[in-house]
Amino acid sequence: MDLLPFLATTNTSFQFDVDWFIHFIFPPSPVLLGGLAITIYVSIIAQAAGVLLGVLSALAGMSRNRVLRSISGVYVWVFRGTPLLVQLFIVYFGTPYLLGGIDLFPNHVGLFGIDIRGAILAGIVAFSVNEGAYMSEIVRAGILSIDPGQTEAAKSLGMTYRLTMSRIVLPQALRVIVPPLGNEFNNMLKTTSLLSVIAVGELFRVAQAANSASFKTFEAYFGVALYYLALTTIWSAIQGVIERRLGVSQAGAQGASFWSRMFGFARRTTGTAEVEVPSSGGH
Amino acid sequence: MTAHILDAIGGVPRPTTDTVVEATEVEKWFGKLHVLKGVSLTVRRREVVVIIGASGSGKTTFIRCINHLEKIQKGRIFVNGHLIGYREESGKLVEDKERNIAKQRQEIGMVFQRFNLFPHMTVLDNITEAPVKVRGVSKDEAVTTARALLARVGLSMKESAYPAQLSGGQQQRVAIARALAMKPALMLFDEPTSALDPEMIGEVLDVMKELALEGMTMIVVSHEMGFAREVADRVVMMDDGRIIEEGTPDHFFTAPTHERTKAFLSKIL
Ligand SMILES: Nc1ncnc2c1ncn2[C@@H]1O[C@H](COP(=O)(O)OP(=O)(O)OP(=O)(O)O)[C@@H](O)[C@H]1O
Ligand SMILES: [Mg+2]
Repeated sequence: MDLLPFLATTNTSFQFDVDWFIHFIFPPSPVLLGGLAITIYVSIIAQAAGVLLGVLSALAGMSRNRVLRSISGVYVWVFRGTPLLVQLFIVYFGTPYLLGGIDLFPNHVGLFGIDIRGAILAGIVAFSVNEGAYMSEIVRAGILSIDPGQTEAAKSLGMTYRLTMSRIVLPQALRVIVPPLGNEFNNMLKTTSLLSVIAVGELFRVAQAANSASFKTFEAYFGVALYYLALTTIWSAIQGVIERRLGVSQAGAQGASFWSRMFGFARRTTGTAEVEVPSSGGH
Repeated sequence: MTAHILDAIGGVPRPTTDTVVEATEVEKWFGKLHVLKGVSLTVRRREVVVIIGASGSGKTTFIRCINHLEKIQKGRIFVNGHLIGYREESGKLVEDKERNIAKQRQEIGMVFQRFNLFPHMTVLDNITEAPVKVRGVSKDEAVTTARALLARVGLSMKESAYPAQLSGGQQQRVAIARALAMKPALMLFDEPTSALDPEMIGEVLDVMKELALEGMTMIVVSHEMGFAREVADRVVMMDDGRIIEEGTPDHFFTAPTHERTKAFLSKIL
C-alpha cells in the first residue's frame, strides 16, 4: 500500500523555513531577549529562595522541637505531593479568593523600588516554595551525611548550635548538596516555561506568540528549545567549575564531569588525577 | 620538646576550685539500657585519672556526660563548681539552656578516639576557629597561640595542611592542640590512641604525658597501662556501669582486689 499520498494529505506541505528560523533565533528580537531575561532571573531568584527555604525546612525537620518537625514534614509532603502547575494556579488565581478579594499579585507590584508584574511575582513565589520542599530533602541528606563526630567536636569546643551548623556542618554538607542542587537549577530553568500559562512573556511564551503570528510552529518551538538547551548547557559548565572548586570527589557518581553529565559518558582521563585537598578526613 | 606545652596558653589554666570534677551517683539510661548505675568520682586540680574497664562498661558514656554530650537521668556532675547541663528547680533537674551548656563546655577540652578534626579547614584554622568564634579572641592572638601550640606538639610545619594530609598520630596531636587552645581547666580523653597504628601511639602519649606533668587536670579513658603507671595519680576500674575499684597505678599492678579487675588486667597486660 502506498502511504505517501495519505501522509501528504494530512501534512500541510511542511517546509522548514530556514530564513525565518535564523531570523527568529539570531539576532534575537527584543521580545525574545526579554523572554530570556525573565526565564533567567525568575530561575535564579526562585532557586536562591528555594535553597534558603530548604535549609530552614531541613533544620526545622531535624530539630528537637516537635512543632517545627511537623511543620517541615507537612510542608515537604504537600509541596512535593501536588503538581507545581496546580500550586502556581492556587497562588496566582486562588489567593484573592482566600484573602477576600485582596489581590496579592496585581498587574504592577512595587517591590524594593522595582516594578514587577504580579504574575511574575506569583511565579517566583510558587516556584520558590515548591523548590524549597525539594531542597529540604537534599539539604537534609547533606547534613545527615556528615559524621556526628563533627558536631560533637564542635560542641565540645563550646560552639552553639548556630555556630556548629554555619561553620562546621553546612560547609561540609555543601559538597554533598551542590551536585543535586545543580540538577535542581537545571530543572528550574525549564520549569519556568509554566509561567506561559499565566501570560508571562518568558521564553516559551515568546515562542507561542511567534507561532500564532506566523504559523511557523516547528521553527518557533524548535528555536526556543535551542535557547533552553543553551541555558542548561552553560549551566552545566558552571556547575562543573563550582564542583571542582568545592573538591567534590571526581570518582563519586555525584561529581560527574561536564561530559558525562551532558552526554552520559565519561571523557577518557589522561595523566594523573587532580589531587583534591579538602577531602573528608574520616578514618 | 623543651618548652612546656602549656606555656603556649599562658601556663596551667587555673580552675576556680580545688575540686575540678565532682560526680555523684550518676545514672544514665539509653532507653531501657541502664548504662551508668551510680557513678561517683572526684577529680582534684592537677590530678590525672585513668579510667579502664571492659568494652561496654560505660567509660565513654561517663566522660561524655561530664561535658554533657550525653544527658543523665540521676545524680549530679559539677565541673569547677558548676552543675553541668542542668538547673535545679525545686529539687528536680531541668536541662539548661543551650547557650549555658555551650559556655560550660568551653572549660572542658575533649579529645576523641577518632580525632574529629574539621576536614574542610587547615590545621591552623582547626585550632583558631573556636577561640575566635566562641571566646571572641582576636584572629592575630589566636594564630599566635595556635602556632605556639603547634610548635610544642611538633607540628609547626603542618599548619597549612588539611587533616586528610596528616597521619593519625599527627591528627590526634592537632586535636589536642585544638582543645588546649580554648584554655580548658579540664581535659577529657576517650581512648585517644586506640585508633592509631602502633608506631604512632608513642608520639601522642608523649604529648599527653607532657601535659600531665605540667599540671593539666585530666581524665583519660585508656588501656595504655604504661601511660597509667607513669603519669596517673589514680586508676579507676569500671564494670557494668559502676566503678568497682579505685587506687594508685601501683595498686592495680601489684594487688588488685576485685576478681573482675584481675581478670581484665590479665587480658590487657
Ligand atoms: N548512643 C547509644 N545508644 C544506645 N546505647 C548506647 C549508646 N552509646 C553506648 N551505648 C551502650 O551503652 C553501653 C556502654 O557503652 P560505652 O560506649 O560507654 O562503653 P565503653 O566502656 O566506652 O566501651 P568501649 O571500651 O568499647 O569503648 C554499651 O552497652 C553500649 O552498647
Ligand atoms: Mg568507649
